[in-house]
Amino acid sequence: MSLAARDMALRLRAGFAAAGAEPVDCAILQSAETLLDLYGEDIRGRAYVTADPGRGEVMLRPDFTVPVVQMHMQDGAEPARYTYAGDVFRRQESDPDRASEYLQVGYEVFDGRDPEAADAEVFAAFATPLAPYDVRAVTGDIGILATAVAGLACSERRRAALMRHIWRPARFRALLNRFSGKSPVPPSRAALLAAADPYAGAAPLVGLRSPAEIADRIDALRADADEGPIASEQVALLDAILSVRETCPYALEHLRDIAVDLHNLAPAVDRFDRRCNALLAKGIDVDGLGFEASYGRTSMEYYDGFVFGFVSNTRPDLPPLATGGRYDALTARLGQGRSIPAVGGVIRPDLLLALEGAR
Amino acid sequence: MSVKLGVPSKGRLMDKTFDWFGARGVTLSRAGSDREYAGAVEGIDGVELVLLSAGEIPRELAAGRIHLGVTGTDLIREKLLQWDQKVQELAKLGFGHADLIVAVPAAWVDVDTLDDLDAAAAAFRARHGHRLRIATKYHRLVRDYLRRGGVADYRLVDSQGATEGTVKNLTAEAIADITSTGETLRANHLKVLAEEPVLRSQATLFRSRTASLSEEDRAVLSRLIGKLGLQT
Repeated sequence: MSLAARDMALRLRAGFAAAGAEPVDCAILQSAETLLDLYGEDIRGRAYVTADPGRGEVMLRPDFTVPVVQMHMQDGAEPARYTYAGDVFRRQESDPDRASEYLQVGYEVFDGRDPEAADAEVFAAFATPLAPYDVRAVTGDIGILATAVAGLACSERRRAALMRHIWRPARFRALLNRFSGKSPVPPSRAALLAAADPYAGAAPLVGLRSPAEIADRIDALRADADEGPIASEQVALLDAILSVRETCPYALEHLRDIAVDLHNLAPAVDRFDRRCNALLAKGIDVDGLGFEASYGRTSMEYYDGFVFGFVSNTRPDLPPLATGGRYDALTARLGQGRSIPAVGGVIRPDLLLALEGAR
Repeated sequence: MSVKLGVPSKGRLMDKTFDWFGARGVTLSRAGSDREYAGAVEGIDGVELVLLSAGEIPRELAAGRIHLGVTGTDLIREKLLQWDQKVQELAKLGFGHADLIVAVPAAWVDVDTLDDLDAAAAAFRARHGHRLRIATKYHRLVRDYLRRGGVADYRLVDSQGATEGTVKNLTAEAIADITSTGETLRANHLKVLAEEPVLRSQATLFRSRTASLSEEDRAVLSRLIGKLGLQT
């Protein structure tokens, strides 16, 4: 880690502090259990796990978001704004050329009074230090897709299954194809559903999963088979939403059109509209700002609303210089039901220095 | 200097490797007593036999300490990051066949695909308060496979041996392991998912891409490869 990067990290943090954020710090060693429960086993491939003699498995922090949320939920008062600067550690299994240790400077806002204004505030907080660089911003809103799924004309079970995989596009698509009858029922399931006695000839049961759990799933599969396919018009609306990729004003217009056929979408589109106005009020060129409805779906973060990223126009090979978004759902998971509206982002000083070196 | 050939140091894998080379005019043998891990090569000059545990051969190839090595594809892919930049596959040897598979209790009549496993994992987590555990020693391969298959709400628990027994012992709900016959699975009331395996493995001859070669070694290596009837 270069001293120049550390100096820049402190300057960026000072900028966020001047905007009203309280500087905080967090432990590098984090509970592996908490992060695994939140992100799933995949995070093992992206974070360093080590063993502590007393605490068991610990992880070198892959980001600050989780510890900052925990700290805030423990003793923070709302509204609150925090900033931090420090090292994060990412295991690079598939791309060893990417940095495994780098600085992140963050700005996090816990303020539920006007969520769209908070979204715009965070976006602007990162647009300001990036203004001297040749960068392009992309925005998105996972909340629009989530709202559309919540309004699908199908069983709650199907909606929940789709919602669970909203961050895994390939799986989401496979489920949608199954539910809409586009992909055939696998032979093993057809046989199970056709069997008079699904347990006939079954081996003795071993393990923790109980007979009741197997019976519940068979009931669920039968109910699903009886339900019939999700209408192709409904799938077409989801596809239309996912393919929205234009500047904010056009995206807004496009989504308004879709909301005519998908009534429950209106509140999510209204939120997008209010956010555009809030961004405008912060001096952001909303007319030129990109919006992609599927942006941020594959990132590991738990974003469930507004998302954004800044990429370099001159160095498209670099990872995003700054990323962020709204993560209300993450606070609900960490707070075991208690949720706090939260939005924030991070910026990478090492990448800014790489751009300066190129200039 | 000489060209170093790494071969598994014991058991069927060693015998079959010796047979494979012997059929091609290269006689490999253990030198001296059975306990000594040194070997002899006849039929070609300039080749040195190094007897190693099959599990160490990937690392030795990647480090360039041996030029050629026989080991399973499963071990190469689990242990070497970007394996194809470190070693080159020269020949599949036609033995040591084993598939890395995911298996669940045979009584899970509702689970046959990854799709089923994912749904069962979600329900399991909701009911038991912890993620569905899959016992394995092939963490990286299995994690990649399950991610590509879109399975969530599981956790991998490490098992370095007797993996099939973990389900009965309630330390895992499912397993991912190498299976050659499936008999051990049946004996433990487990069944293989009706999906492509995580990996189909067999004993394979690899060439190190990192080991340095003198002019002389290079000539020896190309003579050996010619004698074995292979191409690089």
